[in-house]
Amino acid sequence: MRKSLILPYSPGDLDAIEAGDEVIISGVIYVGRDQVHKRLADAISSGQELPFGFAGNAIYYMGPSPAPEGYALGAAGPTTSARMDPFSPLLAGHGLAVMIGKGPRSEAVRKAVEDNHGLYLQAYGGCGALYSSRIDSAEVIAYPELGPEALLRITVHDFPVFCMIDSRGRLFRSSV
Amino acid sequence: MKAEDKIKNALIKAIRKLPDDVEHLIIEAADSEESEAGRIVLNAIKENISEAARTGLPLCQDTGMFWCLASVGRSSDVPLQRIEDAVIRGCGKAAEEGYYRRSVVEDPVYSRKNTRTNLPPVISYELVDGDAVVLHFLLKGFGSENCSSLRMINPTAGEEGVMDAVEDIVRKAGGKPCPPMFLGIGIGGTMDRAAFLSKKAFFADGDFAFKDKLLKRLNSIDIGPGGLGGSHTVLDASCVTEPTHIAGLPVAVTINCWADRKCSVVLEKGEI
Repeated sequence: MRKSLILPYSPGDLDAIEAGDEVIISGVIYVGRDQVHKRLADAISSGQELPFGFAGNAIYYMGPSPAPEGYALGAAGPTTSARMDPFSPLLAGHGLAVMIGKGPRSEAVRKAVEDNHGLYLQAYGGCGALYSSRIDSAEVIAYPELGPEALLRITVHDFPVFCMIDSRGRLFRSSV
Repeated sequence: MKAEDKIKNALIKAIRKLPDDVEHLIIEAADSEESEAGRIVLNAIKENISEAARTGLPLCQDTGMFWCLASVGRSSDVPLQRIEDAVIRGCGKAAEEGYYRRSVVEDPVYSRKNTRTNLPPVISYELVDGDAVVLHFLLKGFGSENCSSLRMINPTAGEEGVMDAVEDIVRKAGGKPCPPMFLGIGIGGTMDRAAFLSKKAFFADGDFAFKDKLLKRLNSIDIGPGGLGGSHTVLDASCVTEPTHIAGLPVAVTINCWADRKCSVVLEKGEI
């Protein structure tokens, strides 16, 4: 089934989305990949303030190509989620439980999605030009020194993904 | 036109537009895919191809690491130094003017400091007949490259053993390399030579003995587009073989994602 999701979300908004659904997102998404995950995990461990509030928000694993004149970002498709697996349960436990990436996740991530009533959504790998066309604005909100890996806040419309793990921890096929 | 500009133009085109045969295989797959989820993925890929053509944006944000095979004619009198210069300058200009993502780091283990130029390229040289210089480029994305692999199998394993090795590598890759995939297979030589041949295979033409059998087998394991299941896991494969040792049978597989981005630049005598 095709469902829509507006981000940030409120408690209950994710209940209707089931593993195997196409999901069309509009709203605000945070963007971070390997180094951002390491830094967010370090910030939590050392009790530092986080660069954005986790509750109700989603994180997209992506590192864009440079933006030509007139574009918010260059190509902007997902990167492999498995590399974030070591960090995701900790982040989900602190409220960042809706994740967008590509490829399979560990059992620990599936359980973290279930325990924290989040979602794991797969964006379509390699579709960088398509996703760029659905991004209306982008700004760096932390770690600018990471270049294409900096933490971004983006606003999107009609952003297509596929639900791999739903808020009850159910999987689409063998996504773990 | 200067050789480096010819290289630059080919590389900028290659991140935006797939070779016609690759595009054709994707369209065919979208029309015949059996799973609904697989069709959703293939339709997104088709839309992405149109969007890249319309906007001039790269197909994928991972514009890859430059991999180049310089095939130098035995009768060519061009110094290798000049070929190396043209390749490096051409790659550098393409990264700059084509909005490539800077994806290359200097030290692989410790600093991992970005070179900020997408350089250096990986360059190999070989001698071929004739007097031209032909430069073959792969834009090697690493979602798929991380799934490329090699097996040193038993010399008596034969065709079945080779197919088992390839299937094992594809199964382990699963949904990670952005399937449907394209495979380059290198068989024979030494360990490193087989790995090299698996990249060179992307520029080999035509069929090999067990191609149909292999594709049928790989497309029945239900990885499917995006790893969501379906009848298209591998769209095409090519293979290069070379002599090897009596005690060995090296089998290497390079996996490319559906965005099988590559180009060849022919520099005739006098063009470089």
